[in-house]
Amino acid sequence: MNSIRKLDWQEFFIPRLIKASGYSAILFVILIFFFLLRESLPTFGEVSLRQLFSERWYPIEARYGILPLITGSLLVTIGAMVIAVPFGIGTAVFISEIAPRWLREILKPLVELLGGLPSVVLGFLGILVLAPRLRILLDLPTGLTALAGSLLLGGIAVPTIVSIAEDALDAVPLAYREGAWAMGATRWQTIWRVTLPAARSGVLTAVMLGIGRAIGETMTVMMVTGNAPVLATRLDSLFRPVRTMTATIAAEMGEVANASTHYHVLFFIGMVLFLISLAVNLAASSIVFKAKKRAERVLS
Amino acid sequence: MVDKIVIENLSLTYAEGNESLRHINLKIAANAITVLFGPAGGGKSSLLRCINRLNDLTDIRLLQGKILIDGQNVLDPKTDVIALRRKVGMVFARPVVLPFSIRGNLTYGLELAGEKRKSRLDEAVERSLKLAALWEEVKDRLDDPAVALSGGQQQRLCLARVLANQPEIILLDEPTSGLDPISTGKVEAALQELKHQYTIVLVPHSVQQAARTADYAAFFLQGELVEFGPGRDLFTNPKDKRTEDYVEGRFG
Ligand SMILES: Nc1ncnc2c1ncn2[C@@H]1O[C@H](COP(=O)(O)OP(=O)(O)O)[C@@H](O)[C@H]1O
Ligand SMILES: [Mg+2]
Repeated sequence: MNSIRKLDWQEFFIPRLIKASGYSAILFVILIFFFLLRESLPTFGEVSLRQLFSERWYPIEARYGILPLITGSLLVTIGAMVIAVPFGIGTAVFISEIAPRWLREILKPLVELLGGLPSVVLGFLGILVLAPRLRILLDLPTGLTALAGSLLLGGIAVPTIVSIAEDALDAVPLAYREGAWAMGATRWQTIWRVTLPAARSGVLTAVMLGIGRAIGETMTVMMVTGNAPVLATRLDSLFRPVRTMTATIAAEMGEVANASTHYHVLFFIGMVLFLISLAVNLAASSIVFKAKKRAERVLS
Repeated sequence: MVDKIVIENLSLTYAEGNESLRHINLKIAANAITVLFGPAGGGKSSLLRCINRLNDLTDIRLLQGKILIDGQNVLDPKTDVIALRRKVGMVFARPVVLPFSIRGNLTYGLELAGEKRKSRLDEAVERSLKLAALWEEVKDRLDDPAVALSGGQQQRLCLARVLANQPEIILLDEPTSGLDPISTGKVEAALQELKHQYTIVLVPHSVQQAARTADYAAFFLQGELVEFGPGRDLFTNPKDKRTEDYVEGRFG
């Protein structure tokens, strides 16, 4: 009798608790959005659109062109993905398909450990180890460049990509691989033509989450990119200092006067970041959703 | 009668577990259906997977003895495994169609081997589908995804895919275990045709199927080859008491 009453109580309470936490997550995102909106909207009354999308960021002289910051973020992030995607997927394939079992059992936890490394530590290594070497190796005036940022961000994204892509590859039924081997496919042909396509949706999720981590990363980027707000339009921008949106907000928000124009523009940058990551996430989930439906058809 | 496969004193132990095959000696005739049957865990699948070296990728503690195909020991480390697997095709219990079109599934093996000529590929598609008794059902929709086929059609597609590689030996591991009686009948009929050109080793999913299809039959029990002989003798007049008990359904 007693235990039934207890069960009733649990049945009543627990689903509501779960529902409430689910809804509150949505509520928080909406609240953040409205806060960003409220703090950034005055920008439009204070700075003309033409100025906002101009090439010069110099708040002391009231120049608020955010284009260099956007291109800086894009350059560093794209650079990071160009490094992290092949390397991450390659490592995942190696761990799941090629490495002998004992090596796999060492590598998997190691990768997960790397994923937990605080990014400040990486930034520190970037300043002390990576940047000086880049400067000497490439004969640059300074090693604190977009490239240094890309390399480190790539390093941050790799463990995320490896760990999720490896899970996806692992979930491909052995029957698929054996089917291909029995047809006379080599190990490499099997990976390329059968295992990777079958794990497509998980691998895509891995890449998207990797991009998500790279875009949102602040500390590392602030420490190693040199922080010069110069428009990055040419390929050799990679070898020059740049400044990203996240680094600008982090560096300047602490010193800005409340409700000043500068303050509003910084929130506007935050808004742009919010919209970009929203777009990436939407794109990701729609791709993954489609891929999943296809995979379900194939695997059923 | 030519012995296509000669198995000499084959023993196999996986990394985990006891001996799965113990001193197997068996001669498999060309142009006939040889059936390996017996209760689960007898080592039938293990034996098939030794013949095409699919066990290479499994953890194995011990593998002794010889498997001679046309006089060549395929267990020799110097064997070209890829070539071997083209010569020895395999059909599994659960049809594994690859995530391509019907045509793509059939040309996959040839493309892996480097065949690019469209006429050759088309020819192989038609020939192999006809041999697997599937041509009439799919000839108008070769570019549809293969997963859209029914289970029975998928299994015949897997058979056709193996045939497209032009193998000499076909191994089938309970190929009809998931199929309805009509599809099962079609597969069995196809095998009866195919045996004139190929060497067929079949692990049936029931004693009835074993009796229906066997030219030769081998009874496996817990890693041991208990009895081997022509199908009509073995099923009507078994010599070993254990074979008799199993064939008459007293255990299994
Ligand atoms: N990959 C494997 N690792 C360890 N043991 C295995 C493996 N595959 C099969 N076995 C064992 O080998 C024995 C024979 O199995 P199997 O060849 O599948 O028999 P059958 O096909 O006749 O049912 C069983 O005891 C099984 O547990
Ligand atoms: Mg079996």
